[in-house]
Amino acid sequence: MAKTQISMTVNGQSVDALVEPRTLLIHFLREQLNLTGPHIGCETSHCGACTVDLDGKSVKSCTVFAVQANGANIRTIEGMANPDGTLHALQEGFREMHGLQCGFCTPGMITRAYRLLQENPNPTEEEIRLGIAGNLCRCTGYQNIVKAIQYAAAKLSAAPVQEAAE
Amino acid sequence: MNDMTPTSAERAEKLEGMGCRRKRVEDIRFVQGKGNYVDDLKLPGMLYGDFTRSPHAHARVKKIDTAKAAALPGVVAVITAETLKTVNLAWMPTLAGDVEMVLADGKVLYQNQEVAFVVATDRYVAADAADLVEVEYEPLPVNVDPLKAMAPDAPVIREDIKDKTEGAHGPRKHYNHIFNWQAGDKAATDAAFAKADVTIKEMIVYPRVHPCPLETCQAVASFDKITGDLTVWGTFQAPHVIRTVASLISKIPEHKIHVIAPDIGGGFGNKVGAYPGYICAIVASIVTGKPVKWVEDRIENLSTTAFARDFYMDTEIAATKDGRILGLRCNTIADHGAFDACANATKWPAGLFSIISGSYDIPAAHVSVDGVYTNKAPGGVAYRCSFRVTEAAYAIERAMDIMAHKLGMDPAEFRMKNLIRPEQFPYTSTFGWVYDSGDYQTALNKVLEAVDYKALRAEQKAKQEAFKRGETRELMGIGVSFFTEIVGAGPSRNCDILGIAMFDSAEIRIHPTGSGICRLGTKSQGQGHETTYAQIIASELGLPAANITVEEGNTDTAPYGLGTYGSRSTPVSGAATAMACRKIKAKAQMIAAYMLEVHDDDLEWDVDRFRVKGNPERFKTMTEIAWAAYHEVPPGMEPGLEAVNYYDPPNFTFPFGAYVCVCDVDVDTGATKIRRFYALDDCGTRINPMIIEGQIHGGLTEAFGIAMGQEIHYDADGNVTTASLMDYFLPTAVETPHWETDWTTTPSPHHPIGAKGVGESPNVGGVPCFSNAVNDAFAFLGSTHIQMPHDNWRTWAAADKLGLHG
Repeated sequence: MAKTQISMTVNGQSVDALVEPRTLLIHFLREQLNLTGPHIGCETSHCGACTVDLDGKSVKSCTVFAVQANGANIRTIEGMANPDGTLHALQEGFREMHGLQCGFCTPGMITRAYRLLQENPNPTEEEIRLGIAGNLCRCTGYQNIVKAIQYAAAKLSAAPVQEAAE
Repeated sequence: MNDMTPTSAERAEKLEGMGCRRKRVEDIRFVQGKGNYVDDLKLPGMLYGDFTRSPHAHARVKKIDTAKAAALPGVVAVITAETLKTVNLAWMPTLAGDVEMVLADGKVLYQNQEVAFVVATDRYVAADAADLVEVEYEPLPVNVDPLKAMAPDAPVIREDIKDKTEGAHGPRKHYNHIFNWQAGDKAATDAAFAKADVTIKEMIVYPRVHPCPLETCQAVASFDKITGDLTVWGTFQAPHVIRTVASLISKIPEHKIHVIAPDIGGGFGNKVGAYPGYICAIVASIVTGKPVKWVEDRIENLSTTAFARDFYMDTEIAATKDGRILGLRCNTIADHGAFDACANATKWPAGLFSIISGSYDIPAAHVSVDGVYTNKAPGGVAYRCSFRVTEAAYAIERAMDIMAHKLGMDPAEFRMKNLIRPEQFPYTSTFGWVYDSGDYQTALNKVLEAVDYKALRAEQKAKQEAFKRGETRELMGIGVSFFTEIVGAGPSRNCDILGIAMFDSAEIRIHPTGSGICRLGTKSQGQGHETTYAQIIASELGLPAANITVEEGNTDTAPYGLGTYGSRSTPVSGAATAMACRKIKAKAQMIAAYMLEVHDDDLEWDVDRFRVKGNPERFKTMTEIAWAAYHEVPPGMEPGLEAVNYYDPPNFTFPFGAYVCVCDVDVDTGATKIRRFYALDDCGTRINPMIIEGQIHGGLTEAFGIAMGQEIHYDADGNVTTASLMDYFLPTAVETPHWETDWTTTPSPHHPIGAKGVGESPNVGGVPCFSNAVNDAFAFLGSTHIQMPHDNWRTWAAADKLGLHG
């Protein structure tokens, strides 16, 4: 199948690649860029395991073509840690509050929570639950995920961190 | 010693041993997207496999034409049953003593059954080619109703065995019959019913559901034609069993097969069995000489690999009029689908279903289970429970409520009256199980007090009166459940899988500098084994948990074990870990005695060291002893400090718990809101309370999903109508209730550290608790039993049936 040239910024790095027009963004990220953090759980945009941040929005990359992301600025879980390599407050919060078990939903969940906190730095529990309703977890029952996001919100609001350049 | 010397308690705290809310080791990689799951694996030259599947639930396969698929650029091979026959793999044995088609051989028996396996250089090309395989079908009559499976004119599901009168578990009474299994004393039970004041009888259905872990089933097979070695990475809850089965059916010697289970994205029973996808990936790799990856999509997962339940339980209780249970009877039809691929211990076709007498002192009981074939997917796994335990718990706990209401007794009071009493432990149930330990009344009382049960019942009564007066359209339900599990399979006298006793193992090696590695036969799928096994070692050996690596899943390095399911890791491998530690500790004591120039008996253990009795300033720490083990062992002693233990438990363990659920039901919409859920679990000794609470949250959420909305549903033509997450209910953060957890601790007397297992308790106890709550809301209107799942539609329909809509 004929291929199309695309370019985008992924986790701060410029990427140029050739893809089939039908290649899904999740397959492009995982198989061509070897970013295997985002996962595939349902292929119907229900589970959110494939969530990435695309131009300031949470996007389920299993239902976006790679060509649609041409020119976009994308952040995956691999680009979530602080510039000095320490864990982002969300990553730390998920560990501190036991917000994960099998780890399969975690990259998508953290990436979604990152955008949620950008939009609403001090969400209530109800706002968090609604905000992550597009991301399914089969292990935790969400209660500790909510706490993890609250942990991060508290930490980030105590010491405001600039959003990394996009 | 001086004031700076840490006390025993301070030293113990630093170890992060048992009882510590230790943060998880695994999380460091998972929160950074650096987990290593099967689909993350990329090997040079790797090919991708995909299936052509049957659109029909039952049809003869007249012709398969693979020419167009094979001609597509990028396609390397197309495999059908005819190909598999050349290597005698068109059919494979199941764990339940049946055989199962790997690819359709002559006919298809359920929708989405595997018909052809296409192998290509790219996963998109493989999917394209799977669509190009042309199959000519002749549709056959379909039966998806297990209650009609043994009708005289029912469609013949299994032509290959239709004339066989004997199955793997005894006589067959119909061509769609698989087995009849019975337990208990039928005559005594009949006598109990004959003299009872009150009896109840209800067909309690536990519908077909699916574990649906977020990661589907997948594998990469790589056969090295030069060396003859086969390596298989896969989503395996039981990697050693997979290797043995692969060797038995492929005839490749077991030492030439290397099975590796990397990180697993949830299992819940879905990843215990062996599936056609694994076999086809292996065969394709042998045929092509290249690594072959097979990854299930969600529709394939929900419609083909490993359903659970599908039990139709006709349940009866007999009691005296003052509420003493005299007898229990349950006749069950079990729908096993088209092949009996049920994942049970081999000798137990209905698993441990005879735990159905539950937590109650019941003098007489009898159960009978008939397994039948239908045009549905095979499986029958224990979805977050020990084998068929959740079905048993659901039946008894629903039946208890039905009887309580008939007697006019409060459901909690009726339970309290019949609970096994503390002084009866170890308690031998009417079915012969020996419950290891329990203090049921304390647990139930604690929960009832915590939720102020009396006040809840008073509020419910007031609401019922208001409802009758037409002042509200909302009903309040209070669900009570008390469950006892039977987990930790298992004693080899009871349990084996294909003849392999269900022991498990731990192998511990302490390095010279006092750190170490522990390898086990189990396999974590999110349970946090890398964290918790190290805590057992920390407490047993006095070495910091942080200094212990825990490794599972590689059959070349891990000692043989039967894997992780049925809450067996802690009861079995946890015990093996403690026993291996004790071997190491015994040797360490001899080394310490030699170093301190005293007799072994003159030493006593103190957290992380052996010290001389009466002279605590003379001691050797485990770290010092580890070093000595590699350079100054006593004369005649082997150097090194390591041990292995294969643990065959003397009995199962019996975790228990008491749950209360409060819900509000809108009778006009059927919408149900869980107002409160309080869960008290007793899992014996608690290794990591943080992980226990997390497991309970997760198990309750799965129970909520099952009770309130999950069902793998088939229409009359055998079409699966719930095969994607559009139709199959997985709770989101919005619907999921807030969980309150509590505990009592009644250690198992036969387990080296007293632990019983916990991961499945909340599912076993949670499902009946939700269902009892919804049913309880309607009970005062004369309703006895509303079937699960309690989604809005069914709840509305139940209200409608009761005439509540005018």
